[in-house]
Amino acid sequence: MTVALFLEQILNGLQLGVMLFLMAAGLTLIFGVMGLINLAHGSLFMVGGFVCAAVAAWTGSFWIGLVASLAAAAALGALVEIIVIRRLYDRDHLDQVLATFALVLMFSEGVRFVFGSFPLYLDPPAFLSGPVTLPGGMLYPAYRLAIIIAGLAVAAGLGLLISRTRLGMQIRAGEADREMIAALGVDIRFLYTVVFALGAALAGFAGALIGAIQSVQIGMGEPVLILAFVVIVIGGIGSIRGALVAALIVGLVDTLGRFLLPTLLANVMEASAARGVGSAIASMLIYLLMAVVLVFKPKGLFPANA
Amino acid sequence: MPEFVTEHRLNILLALILLGGPLVAHFADEPFLVTLATRATILALAGVGLNIALGLGGLVSFGHAAFFGVGGYAVGILASHHQTYEPLMTSPFVINGTNQMLVLWLVAVLVSGLAALVIGALSLRTSGVYFIMITLAFAQMIYYFAISWPAYGGEDGLSIYVRNAFPGLNTLRPLDFFLLCYAVLIVVLLAQWKMTGARFGMALQAVRQNEGRVAALGLSPYRIKLAAFVISGMVTGLAGALYADLNRFVSPTMMSWHLSGEIMVFIILGGVARLFGPVVGACLFVLFEHAFGSVTEHWQFFLGAALLAVVLFARGGFIGLVAGRVRHD
Amino acid sequence: MKKTVMSLAAAASLLAGVSMAAAEPVKVGMITTLSGGGASLGIDVRDGFELALKQSGRTDIELIVEDDAQKPDLAVQLADKLIQSDKVDIMTGIIWSNLAMAVVPGAVAQGKIYLSPNAGPSALAGAGCNENYFNVAWQNDNLHEGMGAYATTAGFKKSFILAPNYPAGKDALTGFKRFFKGEVVKEIYTQLGQTDYAAEIAEIRASGADSVFFFLPGGMGIAFMKQYAGAGVDVPLLGPAFSFDQNILQAVGDAALGVKNTSQWSKDIDNETNKAFVESYQAAYGRLPSLYSSQGFDTANLLISAMDAAPISDKDAFRAALKAANFKSTRGDFKFGSNNHPVQDIYVREVVKEGDVFTNKLIGVALEDHADAYAADCKM
Repeated sequence: MTVALFLEQILNGLQLGVMLFLMAAGLTLIFGVMGLINLAHGSLFMVGGFVCAAVAAWTGSFWIGLVASLAAAAALGALVEIIVIRRLYDRDHLDQVLATFALVLMFSEGVRFVFGSFPLYLDPPAFLSGPVTLPGGMLYPAYRLAIIIAGLAVAAGLGLLISRTRLGMQIRAGEADREMIAALGVDIRFLYTVVFALGAALAGFAGALIGAIQSVQIGMGEPVLILAFVVIVIGGIGSIRGALVAALIVGLVDTLGRFLLPTLLANVMEASAARGVGSAIASMLIYLLMAVVLVFKPKGLFPANA
Repeated sequence: MPEFVTEHRLNILLALILLGGPLVAHFADEPFLVTLATRATILALAGVGLNIALGLGGLVSFGHAAFFGVGGYAVGILASHHQTYEPLMTSPFVINGTNQMLVLWLVAVLVSGLAALVIGALSLRTSGVYFIMITLAFAQMIYYFAISWPAYGGEDGLSIYVRNAFPGLNTLRPLDFFLLCYAVLIVVLLAQWKMTGARFGMALQAVRQNEGRVAALGLSPYRIKLAAFVISGMVTGLAGALYADLNRFVSPTMMSWHLSGEIMVFIILGGVARLFGPVVGACLFVLFEHAFGSVTEHWQFFLGAALLAVVLFARGGFIGLVAGRVRHD
Repeated sequence: MKKTVMSLAAAASLLAGVSMAAAEPVKVGMITTLSGGGASLGIDVRDGFELALKQSGRTDIELIVEDDAQKPDLAVQLADKLIQSDKVDIMTGIIWSNLAMAVVPGAVAQGKIYLSPNAGPSALAGAGCNENYFNVAWQNDNLHEGMGAYATTAGFKKSFILAPNYPAGKDALTGFKRFFKGEVVKEIYTQLGQTDYAAEIAEIRASGADSVFFFLPGGMGIAFMKQYAGAGVDVPLLGPAFSFDQNILQAVGDAALGVKNTSQWSKDIDNETNKAFVESYQAAYGRLPSLYSSQGFDTANLLISAMDAAPISDKDAFRAALKAANFKSTRGDFKFGSNNHPVQDIYVREVVKEGDVFTNKLIGVALEDHADAYAADCKM
């Protein structure tokens, strides 16, 4: 095993982590401010991918597609918030789970109805499509590097938004005490719609970015959604900082586990058995990590409102 | 009181309809409708299991498909060893496969109870939305394990070529198998009814309403919830065992998060915390799937819309609409 | 219930004695995947099958199509419905091996004839074979074996191989290794449904292999190829046709150009049946056929040829007529081996661009008259 291979795997882990953060940030923000658990977040990820692919195919530009996916996801998020989600804030989590589960079914079939059952085609922009040479002579896909940079930039921007702006102040106030900020004269219904649309836009952005290296297809958001749940449980629900740290941990543990476990197990058992057992355990690794974190910190690494 | 009587009568009526429908279908030579009713009965049993945790204990588990699948695999694995005459293990002692449903059910209940004990012990350290996500994640973990573990078919699943045996019945006949599943469902429902009124059931409902008060009485809310979660997992596991025999096949799909969601949907369609809620919900679900599935490829869209409407506008579900509100909530 | 069916069958066979054999209607139940991520495969099989029925102009075949959504438990219920409620004579349509393993053993045990237009799990080719089960596509290992043979003749010495960690994935790598004479540098099992292959591609880059064999059906293959192209690794890719069918190629785009893949069918196989098929399929559906379309088309024509030769009520004669495979296949020569699985040529194709459309071009034959490795275990 070479150092270059190991470094490349670490970058891969970071890229997965950054992508999970984009999903988890929206989930955790929505939960933190409105106390809502949103299963349909994965559907917004999928919608982002589909809109980006469709618009990019139509205009010939990935960038227009990316902007369109952001706008579409935010608009759809706002619409869903106004029509459905708004009625769920006062309900218990069971109702929220079921209503958003219903939305998952409707979105999946709706997207199939509009775009058909075939996977769509989306390429990264031409100047990012090849590899770049990193210091030390290592080759790495330019587009993945761009995802890492874009994701970290979004994380920084989100941090600034929450700590420095008026909207951020209202969000923080909302997390701390929901009734209080209504009393302060903030239009709380509007605030909730904005926060939900922001979360939706982040998910749509992630879906568009990922659609260009994976395939844009029905149900593409579901595995990501469940990983994002693991991330926010580990990080502490409601905490953006926790989501960032946990997303990077999950990304690294998952990538390095798949890469190292079969090799490590080959030292103690026969090679083909090690491959099978190794990949079986690697697929469970992040859930085991979550269980361990819960034993020691039942509210996650960075408990919100602590 | 009169409302309670109404629900009680409604339950008896529902039980009779679920029995009568398939009998009529059988004599009208429509064996497929009997099979459909069997499916509804088994899914209802899975919902009854979840209802013990969710309805009585307020534990919103989004991972009950795991227990359904574990129960199913217990049957699938033992039956496959019976088919090949290879013992499951030889040391320290020999365990052979079997095709006797009674034995298989016992094993399925024990294994799924054990799984519920481990998952519950960890998950119940948390509550609320954490609990929902953690149960989902643990179920997903078992799902991925079942896919990646090659010994019993992995993603391809495991076929049971001949339905397992029950003394005195020909389980391959649709009506015989239906009656068997129906009897199991009724027995479990009676047991749940008894339990709800007994000390444990009272304590469990008290925990849901006010945990602090229960703790002040010297009882451990954690233990009560864990016990309920284990019982709940066992019943759902038993349903999984029956489902394995209905399809003569088990696969990781039995553990997918969509199925966890669907089991929850049965409860909400029928009415949360109602004894017969999951039964009505499962029947409605199967009817819906059968009726719309043959009309449009996009039937899941309409299922979603119907579910959304029930959650938003008819919170009591079907039984709530017909029999009125629960007396105290 | 059983009695009624038998007496109906008896009555039918009496009728058959009087009238023409061909006049006896046949009810066909098709369970296939029309929704969900794998829907494009089922749609192609169905369209190919229906095209053949339309072209035959026959009115004595009733086709009932059901969507299994790629869920095994749903497929089992649909099989129960088709057998118990619709009382079909013939079943067909299943795409996925796991669904086939759930449905086929039960259906053939109840005396239904099953014609497989796609899945060919090894368990049904070897010890689990059945006189009522006919595979019109391939045994699962076949295309991978073809690629192993091609990689050897093309002079590749060190291959890096990967497939998802599930039974069909293991069959794929086993099939490749059965015919590949070079060294396997590394063998990786990925997670089923995995969409990010960065880690595997990094290992390929570091491995020093001279070729990469991969079996990643559906969306997995799309993701892998696009990421592979982006990583700038220049080791040639090899794979079975499943990752290069007509629908997937359009999604992968340029990344697939030049890749060699093995298939039992290609749109430019030179025979009259195939030419007419490709033309009429395009005319009817406005898109090029895939190998799945050709399999659906062949399955229907096999059925029609058997109906011309024997009445469905005479099961033995009907089975014999199926086994004779007396129909014009889009693949040219086609015959069944002792276990009712195809003995056929496996071709090598290359991905090319014709105008705006990505498609495959025939470049050679990997294995001639190839049968599967399990026939010896079949006691029929």
